[in-house]
Amino acid sequence: MQIASSWKRSAALLAAALLLPLLVACGGAAPAAEPTAAAEPTAAAAEPTAAPAEPTAVPEATAEPVAEKDSTLNILYWQAPTILNPHLSSGTKDFDAAGVILEPLARYNEKDELVPYLAEEIPTLANGGVAADSMSVTWKLKKGVKWSDGSDFTADDVIFTWQYASNEKTPATTASNFTGIANIEAVDANTVKITWKAANPDPYVAFVSYSGQVIQKKQFEKCVGEVSMTDAACQAANLAPIGTNAYMLKEFKPGDVVVYVKNPAYRDAANTYFDTVEIKGGGDAASAARAVCETGEVDYSWNLQVPKAALEPILAAGKCEAVAGGSFGVERIVVNFANPDSALGAKRSEPSEPHPFLTDLKVRQAINKAIDRKAIAEQLYGPTGVANCNILVVPTAVDSPNTTCERDVEGAKKLLDEAGWKDEGGARTKDGKAMTLYFQTSINTLRQGEQAIIKANLAEVGIAVNLKAVDAGVFFSGDPGNDDTLNKMFVDIQMYTNGPSGLDSQPYLEGWTCDKMNQAEGSWNQGNDARYCNKDYDALFADYAKEIDPAKRTEMAIALNDFLINDVAVIPLINRRTPNAKIIGLNGPTHNTFDSGLWNIHAWTK
Amino acid sequence: MTQYIVRRILVAIPTLMLISMIIFAVLALAPGDPLSQFALNPAIPMETRQRIRESFGLDKPWYIRYVKWISSMTQGDWGFSFSTKSPVIDIVFQRVPQTLQVVGIAYLIAVIIAIPIGIISAVKQYSFFDQLATLLAFVGGSLPSFFTGLSFMLIFAINLQWFPLVFSSTIELNSAASLWQMIKQMIMPISVLVVQQTASLTRFMRSSMLDNLPLDYVRTARAKGLKDNTVIIRHVVINSVIPVITLIALGIPGIFAGAIITENLFRVNGLGQLLVTSIQNSDTPVVMALAFIFSILVVIFNLIADILYGILDPRVKYS
Repeated sequence: MQIASSWKRSAALLAAALLLPLLVACGGAAPAAEPTAAAEPTAAAAEPTAAPAEPTAVPEATAEPVAEKDSTLNILYWQAPTILNPHLSSGTKDFDAAGVILEPLARYNEKDELVPYLAEEIPTLANGGVAADSMSVTWKLKKGVKWSDGSDFTADDVIFTWQYASNEKTPATTASNFTGIANIEAVDANTVKITWKAANPDPYVAFVSYSGQVIQKKQFEKCVGEVSMTDAACQAANLAPIGTNAYMLKEFKPGDVVVYVKNPAYRDAANTYFDTVEIKGGGDAASAARAVCETGEVDYSWNLQVPKAALEPILAAGKCEAVAGGSFGVERIVVNFANPDSALGAKRSEPSEPHPFLTDLKVRQAINKAIDRKAIAEQLYGPTGVANCNILVVPTAVDSPNTTCERDVEGAKKLLDEAGWKDEGGARTKDGKAMTLYFQTSINTLRQGEQAIIKANLAEVGIAVNLKAVDAGVFFSGDPGNDDTLNKMFVDIQMYTNGPSGLDSQPYLEGWTCDKMNQAEGSWNQGNDARYCNKDYDALFADYAKEIDPAKRTEMAIALNDFLINDVAVIPLINRRTPNAKIIGLNGPTHNTFDSGLWNIHAWTK
Repeated sequence: MTQYIVRRILVAIPTLMLISMIIFAVLALAPGDPLSQFALNPAIPMETRQRIRESFGLDKPWYIRYVKWISSMTQGDWGFSFSTKSPVIDIVFQRVPQTLQVVGIAYLIAVIIAIPIGIISAVKQYSFFDQLATLLAFVGGSLPSFFTGLSFMLIFAINLQWFPLVFSSTIELNSAASLWQMIKQMIMPISVLVVQQTASLTRFMRSSMLDNLPLDYVRTARAKGLKDNTVIIRHVVINSVIPVITLIALGIPGIFAGAIITENLFRVNGLGQLLVTSIQNSDTPVVMALAFIFSILVVIFNLIADILYGILDPRVKYS
């Protein structure tokens, strides 16, 4: 009898064990708290404020090992770093944490200007660093730079970093920054000449910013290719890189905390302020904000994606300052130019099937005019975003002054009347069909708030909207096997945040060309999810891609932005300025659009 | 007895195989991508992501991946994590101490508190104490940990500032001050867990006592003229505690599963937090290892509970 009962129990436990994977799976569908983070192209989250270029500016501060007995900089990320080799990074957190140890040749500052790090100066056309034919760029490296193990930093390390990251078998996240390189030669120990495979209008694509951090050849020499992940020595190196920056690793618990100490071999070691820097990860954005602003336990907190209603009172507690500015990306509504009707079966949302009414400019204009950006910005974003009419807002030079996007309900109604959509109360109709839009976005408190406002706005002009919210892990996954991704866009309109990943706007603006239209052939991953295709835009873009002169490129980028806005190819809503918070008294953090918020951590003081 | 144990272990092997296969399949079918963070970053195009997926072996069908996984697992290789690119087993072991510290201590405290409360509640049934204990047990049992956790944080960390908001895993225990710091940061997460676990254990202990109190042997003991305390402690409690001990043993694997919500809330870098972040990052090797280790523990502790039952209750004989 006892045996029978134990069998029963075994059965129960088997059932329990079977439930476990289900729980796990459900969990899997419910990933990060902030889908938005996922959406951010510009890894740059954070922003320090101070004077970047000059670590020297803070000299006497450093002479002070006196005052601070043991000064520690406590940084809190709600996502924990998991690896410190930036080339194998799986998120902004990893790039940022690696950047405390490693350096690229140059970084962007808060004004989107390049500041030399391992480089002696920024190569330009004027100083002859950038070749006139755009086929090569020559970087002069700082002399006398040492790795934290005491060995010299040389051109070989730069060449090796390229070989490492561009190797087909290395699972490098940063690969695309290096794949355009045909060759790098060491002109001498402190000069490298990068030759491109084809004329490259963006000489700063490689070795700049968070993706360009240089790793030590000696440490990673045997780790090129698959062994980068499988070999025990390489696995250890990935978690403890040797670097050239002001701090070096003391302790790393992946997924939890990184502790750094001063790097005595740093070229300006006398001016390194903190004895210890600690980046703690985990938890949620709201309590991370509280830890700076209310309890003062940490000095700096990253990427506070918290709705305005919750964030403002926290920031008001008085112990902290928000560090916000630049752009975290533009929250936009993408309009589907293809027909997402499920009746089309396999042809659904294919570029060959035009949308029944969103292809009508007047309808798109009406939607654009009906939306109340101000309400969204003021009620939902507060300090974390501003209403915005452009799709290209950074660098500031390309932020077009020519566009407006005032709300105009009457104008919207008029446009819809002109387009033949009759208003008979409720949703407008044309040829017996009601105007109903399916509107999807990722699951996120903020986004559901936006959806509600937009739905009400559109109802006011006679457009019915059905809302849909997709789990962020699915929405942003790009999985061709899933119908709910933003790439397939099996709905009429959708909303997310995106922006350019560097100073050069070309790869970003290419996302509206005919060649890039998402379709089944190509696994829906080409990049133009709207399936917007306009010959005039393509022609303008082709000219732009050929242009080399920076001033003209800026002008043309503005023209391309204006073209998209005037044609309502996309509806920008908010320029997001997701803030970081720093405790009052911490000097150094600035906002940063194209680089890590910890870009100038070597110069932070308290 | 030995024969019984051997038989149980033999049965457990196919069970675990089946469990691992199902977990693996479900994980493989769940949507998600280890690099979904970079979904829209034009600097990290689809080709790069695709190449990385291939280097993780994710381009192969799940059953092939499963066979590979199980064969290397039986040789002691749990694979490497997609997010740290280092061996899964190292990461798991790194997390065990914190989980044992926080969740383990909480469990211990819960047991120590719950048993006496359960006993007194049963002996003084319907007294004020019993009513109060019952009320608190229901409140504690029904309040989700994210609610108690957040309330504790708001009250004790933010308003009163008694305890730190951020759990530090780098405290070196070398002085009384650091020990105090350690204790301080553990108070909130442990309290949250104790509230929940005490609640259910109290109820079990109470009802087990109530089952035993009206039985004949208790009346006999009283009829012999034994003191009330002796009757309760020597006879009733000993008998009532047997099912509760089994229950406690069955709950031990739960300690190793970590306290998912509580750990995450307080930034305790334990196994529960590891599980959640790994699920969020589609880090399947880690999720798989944790789920499988948990399954093994459940099987083992079931066996232990059964054996304990046999030892504690002379009426039960396994053959």
